[in-house]
Amino acid sequence: MTALLSLDRVSKRFRGLVAVDNVSFAVPAGAIFAVIGPNGAGKTTLFNMIAGAMAPDGGTIIFAGKPIGGLPADAVCRRGLARTFQIVRPFPALSVEDNVTIGALLHRHDVGAARQRAQELLRRLDLFDKRERLASTLTLPDRKRLEVARALATGPQLLLLDEVMAGLRPTETDRMVAILRDLNRDSGLTILLIEHVMRAVMALASRVLVLDHGVAIAEGAPDAIVRDPAVVQSYLGAEAV
Amino acid sequence: MTSSFSTGFSRRGAALLAVLLAALVAAPWMVNDYLLTVLVLILYFAYTGQAWNVMMGFAGQLSLGHALYVGLSSYVAAMMFTRLGVGPWLGLLAAIPLAAACGAIIGYLAFRFRVAGVYFAILTIAFAEFARIGFDNWGFVNASSGLFLPVKQYAHNDLWQLRGSPTMFYYVILAATVLVFVLCHFLIHRRIGYFWLAIREDEEAARAAGIDTFRYKMYAVMVSAAVTSFAGVFYAFFYNNLFPEQVFSISRSIEIILGPIIGGIGTLFGPILGAFVLTGLAETLNAVMSAFGVELPGARQVFYGVCLLLVVVALPDGVWPPLARRLGVAERKR
Repeated sequence: MTALLSLDRVSKRFRGLVAVDNVSFAVPAGAIFAVIGPNGAGKTTLFNMIAGAMAPDGGTIIFAGKPIGGLPADAVCRRGLARTFQIVRPFPALSVEDNVTIGALLHRHDVGAARQRAQELLRRLDLFDKRERLASTLTLPDRKRLEVARALATGPQLLLLDEVMAGLRPTETDRMVAILRDLNRDSGLTILLIEHVMRAVMALASRVLVLDHGVAIAEGAPDAIVRDPAVVQSYLGAEAV
Repeated sequence: MTSSFSTGFSRRGAALLAVLLAALVAAPWMVNDYLLTVLVLILYFAYTGQAWNVMMGFAGQLSLGHALYVGLSSYVAAMMFTRLGVGPWLGLLAAIPLAAACGAIIGYLAFRFRVAGVYFAILTIAFAEFARIGFDNWGFVNASSGLFLPVKQYAHNDLWQLRGSPTMFYYVILAATVLVFVLCHFLIHRRIGYFWLAIREDEEAARAAGIDTFRYKMYAVMVSAAVTSFAGVFYAFFYNNLFPEQVFSISRSIEIILGPIIGGIGTLFGPILGAFVLTGLAETLNAVMSAFGVELPGARQVFYGVCLLLVVVALPDGVWPPLARRLGVAERKR
């Protein structure tokens, strides 16, 4: 399989602190790839560099055959790489449908067509009945789904999910897992997720990268990763095995 | 309802709009000259408020220096008229690109160097003040002595030269207010309008959704400045005198924004309603005071302050949104 996204020795320093240290990995087209690691491991920094919110200090990020490292976030999104935010950021005073319509307008000029696409996605994300509510009135799980819907509306090849399961109850997590798996299966959407919720990682990911103190300490299939002694020691804890 | 949002107004809203428009069209037959002048002032503020609202209400960029665009445009048209004998509509053709270019310069400086929020607002004040001081000392435009347009009794209304009766001016500003309303309604329901709202709501999230926020903020400033431009030309030909201390003054900029704030920022009716409420009440206050022989300089400003205070405390979204809900013609919140 060809890699849709590949990182080669990507680094980011904040003054003295090396947040991401020479990290390399490749996400094959059509895969669901998870990045896990303890708090402060550099996951979100890595994510922000891929999404264009920060420029890397070193290394290259190649998406669909072209370097994207250092491109601004909007340009990255227009290339087909859409993100969600760890702390959700809906457009609060707009309706749920308008939120998603804005995403759909990226590659459509007609508002009616964008609205139609938004409604399809809202059905998929179980938000159709709430489409006329203001985004600010939604519960956290609904806002998380709204973020996913808005990101999907931009028509990405790769969806970047930053802790989209955090704060969800187990049943809600399972529902989100099912939605993402369907999206991946139906449309071949590639997904890169940063996740703490191992339940979701194990259920979704075909491949897992483990970060610790900015360094990639392991990469492999999920069931191999959870048995990796270094991973157990640094992150999962003995009881997780 | 979604349908009314995407296609226009609800039937009730459209009916209300038609009644309002009919009343405004018929007004010159029903009011005296003084009231007509008040109506001109109200529509002037409805127009400029609507123009300002494109920047603040739609795209979330606070300008406190809209007097700059009014002043520049009024000077351009007045200079062309008095020195070259060129009529106001041709003057407008020169003023619009100039105002838009000024907006573009301010926008470019601010957005390129990430000057945002209150700092952006201060920058807009700075440019307006810069123009005020500059024009006040610029001999070519008569500096602080001001510019005067020739005033004489006109036997008939000359629309091409904008010379004539208050009734003519009234219809001109009414037509402009209707046009800018239609323009704003058009823009806010198009792709550009949605992108503006996204930027207003959360700029970083807008960028993450692929929106080139720099570009769309530039559009907002330029459209707002260009639309404001007409108000400047109108101002020059209606009042026939221009002083830098007056047209570029920060209190002019503040007057422009009070209407939409009181009426409802980001709504299409807010600037119109706000202008009626504010100017209407202030003129009533004037009339009552003069009827009682009271003269209180600054009473108008105090009155504006009180209005603003009441609205901010009691109706933070402005007067229009709750009123619209009561009338059953609510625009979708945006």
